[in-house]
Amino acid sequence: MIEFQDLHKAFGPKTVLDGLSLKIADAETLVIIGFSGTGKSVALKHIVGLLHPDAGDVVVDGKAVSTLDRGGLTTLREGIGYVFQFAALFDSMTVADNLALGLRRRRLPDEEIDDRVREALALVDLSGTEDRLPAELSGGMRKRVGIARAIALRPRYILYDEPTTGLDPVTSAVIDRLMVRTREHLGVTGVVVTHDMRSAYTVGDRIAMLYEGRIRQVGTVAEIQETEDPVVRQFIEGRAE
Amino acid sequence: MIEAIGRRAVAAVEAVGRVGHFLMDTVRALPDVATWAGPAIVQMRRIGVDSIPVTLFIAAFTGVVLALQASYTFTGAVPMYFVGTLVGKTMMLELGPVLAGLALAGRVGASMAAELGTMKVTEQVDALETLAYDPQSYLVVPRVVAGTVMFPMIIAFAIATGIVTGWLTSLVLLDLSTIDFLKGLKLFYRFKDTWFGLLKSASFGTTITVVGCIVGLSTRGGAEGVGKSTTRAVVYSAVLLLLLDAFWAVVLL
Repeated sequence: MIEFQDLHKAFGPKTVLDGLSLKIADAETLVIIGFSGTGKSVALKHIVGLLHPDAGDVVVDGKAVSTLDRGGLTTLREGIGYVFQFAALFDSMTVADNLALGLRRRRLPDEEIDDRVREALALVDLSGTEDRLPAELSGGMRKRVGIARAIALRPRYILYDEPTTGLDPVTSAVIDRLMVRTREHLGVTGVVVTHDMRSAYTVGDRIAMLYEGRIRQVGTVAEIQETEDPVVRQFIEGRAE
Repeated sequence: MIEAIGRRAVAAVEAVGRVGHFLMDTVRALPDVATWAGPAIVQMRRIGVDSIPVTLFIAAFTGVVLALQASYTFTGAVPMYFVGTLVGKTMMLELGPVLAGLALAGRVGASMAAELGTMKVTEQVDALETLAYDPQSYLVVPRVVAGTVMFPMIIAFAIATGIVTGWLTSLVLLDLSTIDFLKGLKLFYRFKDTWFGLLKSASFGTTITVVGCIVGLSTRGGAEGVGKSTTRAVVYSAVLLLLLDAFWAVVLL
């Protein structure tokens, strides 16, 4: 289970997270929505210790992330897959090497690494791209490689940072289907940060809206769709005012 | 005014703290040989083998000019075999390490800052961390080790090249015999000349790679940030290299 406990984070004078509290149960996919710049990605980065909180903490499987030493952080990260907004593929490595890098860190035998790379690429419908460089792939393909890199690790949790941003509707739907398929096949817990409501409704078990640094509302997809909270309504309907 | 000075002082102290922290993290990552050994080999080729042409080019012409200038200065006053002395001493103690070091500060420091800076702004460094790699072990230590090991080797080649071209110049243009050139070369030679030059070179390698890594990994702000980091890495490396050069001269000579 992942739990945000009264998380505070500021960058200089700008407060981004102002008491974020939220629980994500095992095997569920929780979608965090919110306006641009409200700290959704910042919240996600706290889960893997990429950012250090000013106050409060994130607790993953009973361990407070900010208190972990380097060894503890490594163990935590070995159980989490992270899909970055722009994929963050290593541009000097082939697709296969991008996927294999995390597996080599886990000291797996070469044959198992090859098997896992093939399997993960097949799951994202990118078999045959092993020897290509990220620069030779389209934006959608790069995102799918990013997801495959996370899947190949067979993590307990996968964190998706804006997985459909900048993609055309069809490619977005492909990514959504992939996230659903990942949860069904691997049974992982997912945290998805997005402002794409169609994607949120498709992949989410629950949706939480982050507003002014804290959770404005959290509920099932149906509850969010029927909300009477004016801020949440404005956001999910995409109204200017 | 006072507020501005205070802000700058605080920023300077913070920068020193960050560098200290970075160096401590790098030392702490050294025992993780399994992670850095592979990438270090790749970096040794990039920093070492790929830098040889430009370094030797500079050294070759330095040797020629040194021989000619020595001859110009000595004519009629000092025996000409001192050309060998001046070429040898100057290449080993100063021009070999410093000129090659400055060239490598541009080549190695800039490319390192640009590469790591790009990785930083495109979240590749974050991605590496989420894959349970320590960026210090995987990115920094291989570069620093490669720089520290390869700089003395490249500069040893550069020194040898400068001496050879100085000798050829003496032979062809100054009518100095090989025996006279070697006599001058050996005249005041001490083993310290060799290790002093190589020690200095190793310290230049460490400094240039550490600066390239620190500047690269603290890059912010996209392509413009990468550009600024690249310039900064070259300037900082060159300044530190000259300071180190003076430091070693004061301490060891």
